[in-house]
Amino acid sequence: MDFRLSEDHQLLSNSLRRFLADNYDIEARNTRAFEAPYHMKEIWSGLAELGVLGAFVSEERGGFGGSAPDVAVIFEELGRSLCTEPVLGTLMGLRLLAAFGREQEVRSLIAGETRTALAVYEPNSACDISFMEAVARQDGDAWRLSGRKSAVYGAPGAGPILVAAKTDAGIGLFLIEKPDLIAAAMTDGGGVADIVLEDVVAECISTDAGAELEDALDLGRIALCAEAVGGMTMLLEMTVDYLKQRKQFGQSLATFQALQHRVVDMQLELEQCRSIVIAAVAGHGGADQSRTASMAKNLIGRAGLAIAEEAIQLHGGIGMTWELPAAHYAKRLVMIDHQLGDRNDHALRLMAIDKQQAEFRARHQ
Amino acid sequence: MDLEFTEDENRFRNEVRTFLKQKLPSSISKKVRCGIELDREDYLRWGAILNARGWLATTWPKEYGGPGWTAVERHIFTEECAVNAAPRMPAFGLTMLGPTIIKFGSETQKQEILPRILDGTDWWCQGFSEPGAGSDLASLKTRAVRDGDHYVVNGQKTWTTLGQHANRIFCLVRTATEGKPQGGISFILVDLDTPGVDMRPIRLIDGSCEVNEVFFTDARVPAENLVGEENQGWSIAKYLLTHERTNIAGVGFSMLDLERYRNLAATTWRDGRRIADHPVFAARVAEIETDLEALRITNLRMLADARDGAATGVGSSLLKLKGTQVRQALQDLYRSALGPHAAPVADELSENELALPVEAARAAPVYFQHRKLSIFGGSNEIQRNIVAKELLWE
Ligand SMILES: Cc1cc2nc3c(=O)[nH]c(=O)nc-3n(C[C@H](O)[C@H](O)[C@H](O)COP(=O)(O)OP(=O)(O)OC[C@H]3O[C@@H](n4cnc5c(N)ncnc54)[C@H](O)[C@@H]3O)c2cc1C
Repeated sequence: MDFRLSEDHQLLSNSLRRFLADNYDIEARNTRAFEAPYHMKEIWSGLAELGVLGAFVSEERGGFGGSAPDVAVIFEELGRSLCTEPVLGTLMGLRLLAAFGREQEVRSLIAGETRTALAVYEPNSACDISFMEAVARQDGDAWRLSGRKSAVYGAPGAGPILVAAKTDAGIGLFLIEKPDLIAAAMTDGGGVADIVLEDVVAECISTDAGAELEDALDLGRIALCAEAVGGMTMLLEMTVDYLKQRKQFGQSLATFQALQHRVVDMQLELEQCRSIVIAAVAGHGGADQSRTASMAKNLIGRAGLAIAEEAIQLHGGIGMTWELPAAHYAKRLVMIDHQLGDRNDHALRLMAIDKQQAEFRARHQ
Repeated sequence: MDLEFTEDENRFRNEVRTFLKQKLPSSISKKVRCGIELDREDYLRWGAILNARGWLATTWPKEYGGPGWTAVERHIFTEECAVNAAPRMPAFGLTMLGPTIIKFGSETQKQEILPRILDGTDWWCQGFSEPGAGSDLASLKTRAVRDGDHYVVNGQKTWTTLGQHANRIFCLVRTATEGKPQGGISFILVDLDTPGVDMRPIRLIDGSCEVNEVFFTDARVPAENLVGEENQGWSIAKYLLTHERTNIAGVGFSMLDLERYRNLAATTWRDGRRIADHPVFAARVAEIETDLEALRITNLRMLADARDGAATGVGSSLLKLKGTQVRQALQDLYRSALGPHAAPVADELSENELALPVEAARAAPVYFQHRKLSIFGGSNEIQRNIVAKELLWE
């Protein structure tokens, strides 16, 4: 048993941390993450140069990494610096393009020349892809898509965009060069869009990509959870520093036992989160992948909310202000739960998996 | 045991309901339901409507232009206003300063100040907190030094809610530095257009700007603007703050939020079911609903105590704690129910294109706004300290 990072991962983590510390300024972020195009091109190129995007794809598919630990190491660093660059959509898109052997797109994405995004969820679906309503219809050589996609992270400025839609064979995967977007900033910064599809021409990548899609989504969930752990670590540090430094009633807040215990509970939650992310990373690619990913997403959802709310509360009024970086970390931790299924959706998914397993055991006893 | 209101009280409730149905402008109640910031005109307009009916200054006695209500009538009125999404009128002039002037003000002050609160001429804001004096209010440093028939004020106030709409501020200032800090505080009224007074907005976590910082640099304030005696400010502030605590449980707000949640849950689909049929959400709302029902009764029990002259400070702390917990839980639930649609800031996304209720558009910012409930008005930790002291030390 050894929970230390490998030498390579340590290197990756260090260089990414240094790059973000030197180049990613929180104040610039707090303006630009809320204005179109909702990200910073120079940071994106920097990430590509560092090899961050290549680390999402295995060597035989054109990258130089591709394992769940690679993804987790990177996202934890992104979380630590509250980096709002649209990495999540590109991660999931890259995985799918690589899985279907789209070498050219993979190359240009890894080089940072293009960005992609993954359009899966819809106004009435948030986690379970079997409730998809968008349909794909073959029209001679071409395919046409109809329906509506919601919450397409990183879509503004991205292209081509991957779109999932129902086919006769299952859930298909399609490419649309530049779909019409209804773009907006997210509450916690970064771009998001809805896409209205009215018989839109698309290139078919696969008519039956359900398994690959689920795989990419689970990896996206792990990425979000690792990002949250990075954010929680920083938020807890900031809260502890503030309690030490802020004085009321002639003493530092850190001397009040009522507050000391609250910080201890935050630390406890953080350790639990670290551990569940390790479980999800280890589970990725195995029989327990969905189960561990859902566990991680559920726990991160609950703990992220608790830590965010406590951090704001322990800061007092200052915790409510835009000026304070900690407030933005707290916002991110709350809003992470709204991506790729929240704690409630993943509790349901776990309930379904547990039920399946119980039935399986009953049959085989 | 009798949980019912009297016949007169029920008649009064109907009267309030009819009034709200007839007089509350729908453009204003829509903003309240949607969590959209009201502007100055909205407040003045609703204030004028209430004043015309004699229902604006709910805590004032009749002789000063209040309705002279009992605690129970006031409770009924406040609850009906909240449930029907009437704006909560800023408390600073009406509920805080008014009763304070009535109790501690000079005759001249009463005549000069009270009518101008009622007719909307003056908009007051509250200058208590400072950067270094929050929970520990008594450590405030803003100095007022007597110079002839003026006080010269230097220092800084902060978190001044809706100060951008105000023309006057009531402040706690330090007039003596020896002895206990509480003993050197005075209560003084300042015109915001006094030279040397500057206000700057503070941007909050959700991007809104409802609070401000106020800077005083050699601001000369007429000595007759002192309320009560010099160095009597702490007891005046304590009296004022008991008025901040009226309707502290906010049961009516929670009732409205529960109704808003039910509308959303009944019409929003997620992964093949309505949110209302989602087992995890259904269990959560059932528990919050239970908490709210218990709180409603606790609130009535305390109300009966207040009516019978048996109210306690501990009671109001407990109401504040549970009331804010329930309100914050409802905001969390509402935001959660929107799932991925809570993320985009753009209002029109949810408003026009997604068939979500209009009031859902600002769910996330409104949730973040509501984190303030457990911080201001005496933070929830300070409330616990008050109760603990009573339970464990007395
Ligand atoms: C949106 C908003 C509007 C406001 N409007 C006004 C206004 O109009 N006028 C005005 O004067 N003020 C206003 N306030 C100020 C408010 O009253 C203060 O924020 C509050 O008193 C807390 O003070 P603080 O922010 O300095 O936090 P601090 O006192 O620094 O507290 C930080 C944390 O430490 C905790 N803490 C402090 N002391 C203790 C203790 N002894 N034991 C345990 N825990 C403790 C607190 O509970 C909190 O969690 C407003 C605040 C906000 C957020």
